[in-house]
Amino acid sequence: MKSENIIELKNISISFGSQTVLDGIDLSIRDGEFVTLLGPSGCGKTTTLRIIGGFETPDGGDVLFNGKRINDLPAYKRNVNTIFQRYALFPHLNVYENIAFGMRVKKAKDADIKKKVSEMLKLVNLEGLEKRKIDTLSGGQQQRVAIARALANEPSVLLLDEPLAALDLKLRKDMQVELKKIQQSLGITFIFVTHDQEEALTMSDTVVVMDAGKIQQIGTPKDIYNEPKNAFVADFIGESNILDGVMPEDYKATFSGYTFNCLDKGFEKNEQVDVVVRPEDVDIVAPEKGMLTGVVTSVTFLGVHYEIIVDIGGFKWMIQTTDEAFEGDTVGLYIEPDAIHVMRKSEYSGMFGDYSSYSDEIDHLNDAEVNEEDENEENFDW
Amino acid sequence: MKKTSIGNPHIATPYVAWSVIFIVVPLLMVGYYSFTDEAGNFTFANISKIIEYNYLKIFGVSILYALVATIITLLISYPLAYFMTKTKLSTQGTLMLLVMLPMWMNLLIRTYSLSNILERNGLINTFLESIGLEKVQLINTPGAVILGMVYNFIPYMILPIYSALSKLDHRLLEASSDLGGNGFTTLKRVIIPLSMPGVISGITMVFVPSVSTFYISQKLGGIRNELIGDVIEQQFKLNSNYNLGASLSLILMVMIIISLMIMNKFTADDDDGGVIV
Repeated sequence: MKSENIIELKNISISFGSQTVLDGIDLSIRDGEFVTLLGPSGCGKTTTLRIIGGFETPDGGDVLFNGKRINDLPAYKRNVNTIFQRYALFPHLNVYENIAFGMRVKKAKDADIKKKVSEMLKLVNLEGLEKRKIDTLSGGQQQRVAIARALANEPSVLLLDEPLAALDLKLRKDMQVELKKIQQSLGITFIFVTHDQEEALTMSDTVVVMDAGKIQQIGTPKDIYNEPKNAFVADFIGESNILDGVMPEDYKATFSGYTFNCLDKGFEKNEQVDVVVRPEDVDIVAPEKGMLTGVVTSVTFLGVHYEIIVDIGGFKWMIQTTDEAFEGDTVGLYIEPDAIHVMRKSEYSGMFGDYSSYSDEIDHLNDAEVNEEDENEENFDW
Repeated sequence: MKKTSIGNPHIATPYVAWSVIFIVVPLLMVGYYSFTDEAGNFTFANISKIIEYNYLKIFGVSILYALVATIITLLISYPLAYFMTKTKLSTQGTLMLLVMLPMWMNLLIRTYSLSNILERNGLINTFLESIGLEKVQLINTPGAVILGMVYNFIPYMILPIYSALSKLDHRLLEASSDLGGNGFTTLKRVIIPLSMPGVISGITMVFVPSVSTFYISQKLGGIRNELIGDVIEQQFKLNSNYNLGASLSLILMVMIIISLMIMNKFTADDDDGGVIV
């Protein structure tokens, strides 16, 4: 029986020393899907990718490829190719020979190699650079060579380990579009690892959010954004106001001292819950028209919209709106039922506070330090 | 903008002076003695004497012995260095110490000890006799000379190869494996080409002292295994014929350069690392 899932991970776990890196990972990937493993540094996303690539052997669980168990199949026998974080191009070979490497190993005919290499160079827009040495290429060009080298082997699955992390913002955006285009035109499965939530949302068919060696949520980008499963996912993807609440009955949620209408049901009566309200889903209205009222404590103009922090009973909300408000104003907040998302309590409840310590600078600092080294960089000895 | 002192061109002056006094001047003196007679007149007599007296054969033997010694050293060192890099870091330190340890001992002492082991009544033959076997002729054979070269110069092969191999990026090995290369392919297509600079310096550092050695051949080879180093030594010390000695040295030098150039031709390809000449 042929499975329509090209890759399946079943209850995968792995530890490095005393540190558990993956803990019971279950994941099915359909043929032709663009899947992104998303999570902060150390969440186990790169290790998951390395297990699929054959560079790590899980301590427990099964890796299936087209329904067949491949736990013990070495990397060189898997029909899977990888684009490594820092490309790992061969410095002693020129562009042509780098791309030809896989075919030379398979003893392909020179004429076939030549045809394939020029086809690949065309695909990644590097025609004419065949003879160039790797160290004379820019980061973006090296990236393209790495893509060409991997795709020249006609893999069924392409693994991409933070391939865009080293590129500058503009180039990264271009490559996102280009990679997506390549994936669609070749129709092969891409498994993409990133810590950049925006990248994950723009490119993927399916996003797998990971933290602490576990999968937190699997879903389409829209699901992940609109229906986060727990406070971690809500906080990691986009901005969110996460509040403690209670569900007095179906379609009702009480938080910040007000009972709102909402679209969620299926909770026990008076169950304690986490409530997520995205900043862009809150409208600022006159105080008497608002469901909640509070005082504006900061206003930041961001071009497209204002980012306004409103203090409501000591909890600082973030609101993104095109309506201007001024510091010290008393304003009302209006929230539509479909803007309220109710989640069950989880281990992450209460870990993400309000926006009282929020500032743009801190956010940017965090962005800059993210992920130079992923979790297991130091663990290899060849 | 003011230049920092380290960028000052005069900072190289002492080194230039050093090179001139201890490298360039002696070379010029070798050249001068080679083409003059005892009275200081210009002559080709020394060079033609080398051809007449059949010294060329000794040159040939010297190069052959050095070549064999270098190949044996390489064949032992590469796998050794490779497995060293695969051990734990602490073990690597210990192994490195063991490789270096003999280098702290004088070459003469090491060679002398080796001759004691190989002698007619040395360690090996005593052992063979004690278990009822015939004595074997070990000392004063080409094998003993080559063994002496390998034994004395092997650290100079291991160290540069080890250093090249330990600098190798493990990601490249994963990349090779990812692209379908098994262990052997990765060795052939990635590891060996990338460690070539180390191999080339190793070959140079073993071949050059081997081809010009005199003590090893004297102690382990006897009179029948005379090498060009011995001949040169005789000219300077016994015959006091500086002119012939100098021209022999000059020709040896030229031959070494030619050998290394040939080697580069074979190994360099489109590689840009580790070129000597």
